[in-house]
Amino acid sequence: MDWQAIWLSLRLSLLTTLILLAVGLPAAHWLTFSPRRWKFLVEAVVALPLVLPPTVLGFYILLAIGPHSPAGRLYAALTGGMLPFSFQGLLVASVLYSLPFAVQPFASGFAAVDRKLIEASWCLGVSRAATFFRVIVPLSVPSIVTGMILSFAHTLGEFGVVLMVGGNLAGITRTVSISIYDDVQALNYGAAMNTSLLLLGISFLVLAITYGLRRRVWAVWPTYGE
Amino acid sequence: MASNLTVDVRKQHAGGPEISAALSLPLDTHSVTVLFGPSGAGKTTVLRLIAGLDTPDCGAIRCGDEVWYDGARGIRLPPQNRRVGYLAQDYALFPHLTVRGNVAYGVRSRASPDLLARFDLTDLADRYPRQLSGGQMQRVALARALAAHPRLLLLDEPLSALDAPTRLRMRAGLRQLLASDPLGSPVPAIIVTHARTEALALGDSIAIMIDGKLRQAGAVESVFNCPADADVAAAVGVETICPARVLSRSAGLVTLEIGHARLVAVDTEEASEEVFACIRAESVTIERNASDNPTSARNHLPARIVSVIPEGPLARVDLDCGFRLTAIVTRQSEGEMHLHEGERVTAVVKATSIRIVPRG
Repeated sequence: MDWQAIWLSLRLSLLTTLILLAVGLPAAHWLTFSPRRWKFLVEAVVALPLVLPPTVLGFYILLAIGPHSPAGRLYAALTGGMLPFSFQGLLVASVLYSLPFAVQPFASGFAAVDRKLIEASWCLGVSRAATFFRVIVPLSVPSIVTGMILSFAHTLGEFGVVLMVGGNLAGITRTVSISIYDDVQALNYGAAMNTSLLLLGISFLVLAITYGLRRRVWAVWPTYGE
Repeated sequence: MASNLTVDVRKQHAGGPEISAALSLPLDTHSVTVLFGPSGAGKTTVLRLIAGLDTPDCGAIRCGDEVWYDGARGIRLPPQNRRVGYLAQDYALFPHLTVRGNVAYGVRSRASPDLLARFDLTDLADRYPRQLSGGQMQRVALARALAAHPRLLLLDEPLSALDAPTRLRMRAGLRQLLASDPLGSPVPAIIVTHARTEALALGDSIAIMIDGKLRQAGAVESVFNCPADADVAAAVGVETICPARVLSRSAGLVTLEIGHARLVAVDTEEASEEVFACIRAESVTIERNASDNPTSARNHLPARIVSVIPEGPLARVDLDCGFRLTAIVTRQSEGEMHLHEGERVTAVVKATSIRIVPRG
């Protein structure tokens, strides 16, 4: 088994999930509560990775972060390095690729919070930002956990985008799915089988947790289910 | 000048009636103003406009020397800065916080043992809202609102979420709590309700709202006893409202013609000839035989009983005396006098019990 690739994939998934938590919460808040009429356009952009072929997405990301793009030049000026075919580049691509898997559950959780609770908080003098962290987030914990788990699982299994943006550099951009592909190309079916089984196991576990949480199989708050 | 809350706003919801409200109430007493009217009259909207949860289309809201909203000057103070205690109909307690957490939630709030004790919440402090009864939830919501040191309390149908026995108990309790100045300084309140008994039990003054318009405001008794027009009379539950014509006026009395019947009423300043006569059911007396004993009542009307409907300890008797008149008698009288459908009786109404309001 390609432990190096597994470790790299886990690291990539974990970092992607954390970044998506930081980016996705405010994005979902804006999408849920903004009165702007054109926010459906932003919703469509966020959801694009759901329908675009990973190769198309990867191609555009490659162009966008390439050494001749503004983003690429900025990154080069700041760090001296390049984004394409690097772990950092892979991270940028993964965040964009998994964005809907975080933002959509977050937003549906926020939308389900009773509007009257939010208004009650405002009338008690609590600012909008504080209301977000003291009322909206605590009441959306199951949805936020769902979004994080889905982002993690989705990043773990990504293939096309990684190949387009990261290539196949052992220890830098060779993720577990690419490792399996390599093994199969080299007719190394045993190794491919083991790695696939591990990925299958992790994915199943993650989804079982997600759906279990949605049904509130166990307590999210200490007093549920008394 | 005494510090007042003055509201003069308009708001049009898509598809709804235009809401327009102008009212003013003093802030330095614990006066309770009841916003009364049928469902859908726009009472809740007025509360939300005052709280800052909705924005008027135009107008102004001032609280003392602070401007909360001014459409012309583009001022709109967010709800956070208005220090208004707003109680939604179902109390909107935070389900993820305990009673103590709810009470201590506001920026200026502390769940002091004193406050919890005053609202009888000491033993419930560590419970979650869904472990509470309706009455307990109401106390938590009230304690939470008052803990934030509001200048004004807005209560939207505070008793409607309770079952009937609890509602009766909480009605008395609520009045006491509001009058007891739990914070040491008076907090005036505006209470929305569509129940007459609640308006009478809770309110010092009342504002009647019908179809989005504030129609009459004043002391509770005076508005209930002297409705300004037929709509207000109907809203406050006057049972008999009949179109009448003024036949003659003399010496402060007015003779009215309703159908074939003639009634004497105390004259008001209304110059109009076409009026409504408003008669409360409890001021109509029923006599079995036209007695020869002289009474002070001016109006003795021969009538036929149309129906007798028991209402708890009372019975509602609908009479036909050329027009439809409703009387309320006790079940006892009903039994003793053998009041049945079709019987002929005499309806007695004092001139002072007939309120005339202009028509058209």
